[in-house]
Order: sequence, then C-alpha cells, then structure tokens
Amino acid sequence: MLWLVAAGALTASLIADRGRTGTALLRALRLLWSIVPSLVGVLALVSLVLAAVTPAMLHRFLASAGLAPFLAALGIGSITLMPGFIAYPLAAALRQNGASNAVLAAFVTSLMMVGMLTLPIEARFFGWRLALLRNVLALGAAVVIAIGMTWVLA
Amino acid sequence: MSRGAARAAAGLARAWPWLALAAVVALWAQAHARGAAGYGLVAGNSLARDLLEMATILPPMFILVALFDVWVPREFVERRVGRDTGVGAMPWMVLLAMMQAGPLYVAFPVAISLWRKGCAPRNVFVYLGAFSALKIPMLSFEVAFLGWRFSLARSALSLPVFVLLALLLERLLPHGYRPPGLDGPDGAA
Repeated sequence: MLWLVAAGALTASLIADRGRTGTALLRALRLLWSIVPSLVGVLALVSLVLAAVTPAMLHRFLASAGLAPFLAALGIGSITLMPGFIAYPLAAALRQNGASNAVLAAFVTSLMMVGMLTLPIEARFFGWRLALLRNVLALGAAVVIAIGMTWVLA
Repeated sequence: MSRGAARAAAGLARAWPWLALAAVVALWAQAHARGAAGYGLVAGNSLARDLLEMATILPPMFILVALFDVWVPREFVERRVGRDTGVGAMPWMVLLAMMQAGPLYVAFPVAISLWRKGCAPRNVFVYLGAFSALKIPMLSFEVAFLGWRFSLARSALSLPVFVLLALLLERLLPHGYRPPGLDGPDGAA
C-alpha cells in the first residue's frame, strides 16, 4: 500500500521533472543512510530487552493489584517499542489474566508515545532537549490517560 | 583523555549498532545450535520481525518525505498549518497522521520536514500525538483485541491530552528554535 503510493508519487514526479526527482531520491537515500545504522542498533537493543521480559513475567506483574502493575506497565511501555500486531494480542492476553483497563491503557499509550530506547534517533531530528522534554511529557500524558480510563470505564 | 582513548570512544560510538546486532545474532545462533527455545531465539526472532517492519516501511516513507520536501512550496504549508493559523489547522494534522502506519520513528522525518516548511511547532506535535495514538491500522487492532469501548474511551481521552501536550511543548520551546533535523537547505525552489 505504502509502496504503491510512493511508486505512484515517484512516477508522477519523474514525468513532471527529472532533475527534481533525482534530488529527491538522493535526499531519501541520504536520510536512509544517516538513520539506518543507529536504528538497527536500537532495534537490536529492544529485542534484547524484550526477550528478557517473558510473557509469564508480564502476566505476573501486570495482573496483580495496586500501584505496582501500573508502574510496571509504564516502565516497560516507555522503554521498549512493539508493533501493534504484537502489542494488542498481548494486551488481550493480559486482560484475560486480570489486568485492569487503566494498566492496559498505560501500557499501550506509553508503548506508542514514549520511546526511551529510540531517544538517540529522536534527538537526531529534534535535538536532545526537545526529545527528552517530549518523552517526559508523553509519559505524563500516559499517566493522565490511564487514570482517565478508570474514571470513564468505571 | 589520551588521543588513543578518544579514538576508541569515537570508534565505539560508530560501531555500537553493529556490536548490538552481532550480539543478538550470536545469541540466536547459540540458542539455535543447542536446539533450545531460549532467550537468544526470542531476541533473534523479535529483531528479525522489527527489521522486516523497518525495511517495508522506511524506504517508501522516506521517498515520500523527500518528494514532499522537493515539491511542496513553503508558502502552501505556512498558509495552512503555519504559526498564524488557528485550531482549524489541527484536524488536518490529525487526519494526516491517522492515515499512516508504523512505529513512531517513521513519523520523525515527516514531522521535521513539515516543521522546516513552516508548520507551527504545536501542529507538528499534534501530528506526532495523533500518529502515536490514533493511527487507523493501530485502532483496528485495538478494536479487534480490546473492544470498541476500550478503544473509543482511549481515543477520546488521548485527543485532548495530546493537543494540550502540543500547546505546552510549543510554549516551552525557545522562540525560533530550529531542530537539527534534516540536513541541507529548504527543498522548494
């Protein structure tokens, strides 16, 4: 789908102006070149962290009562990243084990909005200060949303 | 610090991604050789999955970003989502983000190139917020696995929260802040 859109746009651009299209392709390549090595490294670290966190551990932590599962969900969600097709089946399994909506929302939201391991990449684009600030505020947002969930879905 | 140590540090800064990659591959191979479904196997499989996702999304996305950079005139972006636009600009940022897919790191280059074209910082952050919370592909998974009620409640709560966050971030930024972002000058001729 995304490939089709990109191919279509590229063809249209080629027809309109070959020189500009060349500039654009060069820029896309340079962008890829500059970002892929650190991204590979970050993904490797993420896989090492995620493999250490087994589903059994998650079930034990996130399904218990009190504040602990909430903090664990925020912690794990903030550090790592997961594609939706992994995260949501996991969340459904956690719910079956008794994880509350607030914990699930904290997990999902921090997973999507906060990325401590991707921070070096974010800093490349936005600068360290802004990247840190955005992540800290997004963590706060995850807390607010999770608390709101208990209130809305009481 | 001696020259040698400084060189070693610089080398490490360049080599760490490959060292991390090599560590995962080694652990995977070791688990594979023993025939045990252990730590290394899990790590290797999840890395393979993530790299595949990266390889399918990143190249077309970057081509689109670069084309946007080259073709879309700055005035166009500025007029619609720039500093002087009101809240009416935000729904467009949200819609744009909702139609996309992938992990947050693919949104960074898009966000930066919008910013360079004169998009107001608050609208850039609204885009990032919507990208992380309201992507349609992600919502479809959420509805399928956690149900309508959960998804609707989380989306309805997230929207005002990330708009507020965007306004706050813009407020906290030094005036005229330019992120390091994409290299080179503005693309539009």
